[in-house]
Amino acid sequence: MTKAATAAQGNSKSRLSDKLPDAKLLEWLRSMQLIREFETRTMQAYQQAKIGGFCHIYSGQEACAVGTIGCVEHDDPVVLAYRDHGHALARGMDPKACMAEMYGKAAGCAKGKGGSMHMFDKPNWLFGGHGIVGAQTPLGTGLAFAARYEWEVIGSGKKKVALCYLGDGAIDQGAFFEAMNLAALYSLPVIYIIENNGYSMGTAIHRHSANSDNLLARGEAFGITSVKIDGLDILNVYDQFKPLVDECRDMQRPAFVDFKTYRYQGHSMSDPQKYRTKDEVDQYKQKDSIANLLDHCMSVRNCIDEDGWKEMRTEIAEIVREAVQFSENAADPDPSELFTDVYANPQPNLSPTATYAHGKKNPLL
Amino acid sequence: MTTLDLHPATIENVPQPDFSKPLPPREGDRIIQFREALKEAMSHEMRQDERVFLIGEEVAQYSGAYKVSQGMLEEFGPKRIIDSPISENGFAGMCTGAAMYGLRPIVEFMSWSFSLVAADPILNNVPKMLYMSGGQWGCPIVFRGNDGAGGQLGSTHSWCVEGLFANVPGMKMAIPSNPYDAKGLLATAIADPDPVFFLESERMLGDKAHVPEEQYYIPFGQARLAREGDAVTLVSFGRPVNFCLEAAEKLAEEGIECDVLDMRTIRPLDIDSIIASVKKTNRVVVVDQSWPFAGISSEVITQICEHCFDWLDHQPVRVNTEDVPTPYAKGLEYAYLPNPERIAAAVKNVLA
Repeated sequence: MTKAATAAQGNSKSRLSDKLPDAKLLEWLRSMQLIREFETRTMQAYQQAKIGGFCHIYSGQEACAVGTIGCVEHDDPVVLAYRDHGHALARGMDPKACMAEMYGKAAGCAKGKGGSMHMFDKPNWLFGGHGIVGAQTPLGTGLAFAARYEWEVIGSGKKKVALCYLGDGAIDQGAFFEAMNLAALYSLPVIYIIENNGYSMGTAIHRHSANSDNLLARGEAFGITSVKIDGLDILNVYDQFKPLVDECRDMQRPAFVDFKTYRYQGHSMSDPQKYRTKDEVDQYKQKDSIANLLDHCMSVRNCIDEDGWKEMRTEIAEIVREAVQFSENAADPDPSELFTDVYANPQPNLSPTATYAHGKKNPLL
Repeated sequence: MTTLDLHPATIENVPQPDFSKPLPPREGDRIIQFREALKEAMSHEMRQDERVFLIGEEVAQYSGAYKVSQGMLEEFGPKRIIDSPISENGFAGMCTGAAMYGLRPIVEFMSWSFSLVAADPILNNVPKMLYMSGGQWGCPIVFRGNDGAGGQLGSTHSWCVEGLFANVPGMKMAIPSNPYDAKGLLATAIADPDPVFFLESERMLGDKAHVPEEQYYIPFGQARLAREGDAVTLVSFGRPVNFCLEAAEKLAEEGIECDVLDMRTIRPLDIDSIIASVKKTNRVVVVDQSWPFAGISSEVITQICEHCFDWLDHQPVRVNTEDVPTPYAKGLEYAYLPNPERIAAAVKNVLA
């Protein structure tokens, strides 16, 4: 058993996260609450038809994005599926750029060309949310390939780890099996984080994936270190995920994480949720990751009290309110932007009907 | 050492080939094969730029299924000449991620027919990434391999993907017809910061011609007037250009002289050269090795009609592969493909 796998067994007496300073825990609490509040306002804006297209809400899964991203460096590449607002914020994206993207405004992180499912943030090494289920798994493998190549062949980089997020619905895609095979074959530092919320859209995991009680077998089949993590407790996420990151970075090899979590909202905004009971949702809400961490901060660390928490929430609500306000008032993309960013090197006669040009840089990024 | 350029989206940061220099002469002593010309282009770019690597099935230890990469493993080592498993969706997608990060992958498909299982990365990711990310992450990547009927390979292995793939904005597509162009166009493809689909032909890999030793870059979007005439304009792409030249040779014996335009790239399409020729000959035959329905010839003829309809003395005519799956039997396959006889008949048709 590898070091990371041993650590993954957990040790109730002394935890790695015990050594984290109070400030780090409060930072995570803040980040998780920001996502929760942001998603609440996102739903409202969607219901008011300010946001179009498909929109997938992250509420309930915050400990995953915040906890795992909290274990890596700022310049480690990250790639996501389409439930991507939470990770984008956890990665440091300006909430204004994130909300404005969903509003389809020029100040959006992708200048209004991506939308809810396609959050890109180059300064924060975020290589996109990706709308096709599982499509990002070979991409994440490629980010790890490039990072290793940069370090090993070009000699100008450092040892990095790529994080590649996918939902449990993506584990059935052939692309994911091919990606795992390549990562193991070429020994690439990519961690596949399966955010296992139990449902592939509206199909429960035991109805969409064979041998679903033992997802780790899929990683192990390729000789990849595979770890199951209870993703509702962010301290536990850190305890188990941090050693895994360190090992993958050091050894330059992949890992597979079955990350047990739960989403409070439907698959997308148009989901009547007939496949699960309200009781089930309520049961998970009893184990809410934000309440968990808050409780730890209040009763174990004594680093925040009721007033402090109230102050934090008020502050966050204001930030999100500002992001919504900003997006409401932000300018639409200039019509000329329709024909920009199609080619990095636009030339004549690339199209019978379009003339391509370079786009403007987004000032928020 | 080359630094890792993390801004492929901004052309200002990307060194471009010097297109202003005149190209080396087409005629000369050094005669090499099409496959060697491809290898020279790749090897030269790999020596210049450490971000460039080659990956594909059998490209390293086996020296390439068609021996295009022969000797490259020895020169560049296994970290840059990489054997992949038979897993196109996986490695095409992996290289898409690597290109976004800033590397310059050359991905060899043993056959473009096999690229269909990689449709998601090559069509849904690569050409759209720069746009979808608002100009943040580009994909400087070359996909290359054999396109078109190989020689009795049957229906699944004989794809001409140009008709299907050229539909997607965001990518460029090059299709050389001879060794000289193969080297110059592939060099340009690797240097270009946009994704390039590079279509070779198994049937031409052994073709020989003069190819200069030095590296040269043939600009995309500039057709070559392969033969000059005034009776009919023949427009073609890739391997069928050679059939056009054969047909033109025979027709010349009957006093019919044709302009033969070797388009060299499909996107961009040098419509200006086509217009210039059509204004001279007033008659045009488009020869295209993909299927006729909504294909390359349809596009070319549409553009001709849009730009110089009034100059035409006869409706445009196309010669495509017949609109059926590719047959196996030798005679049927020959009849299925554009061939000199069908091209000559089409020329006579527009002159009638």
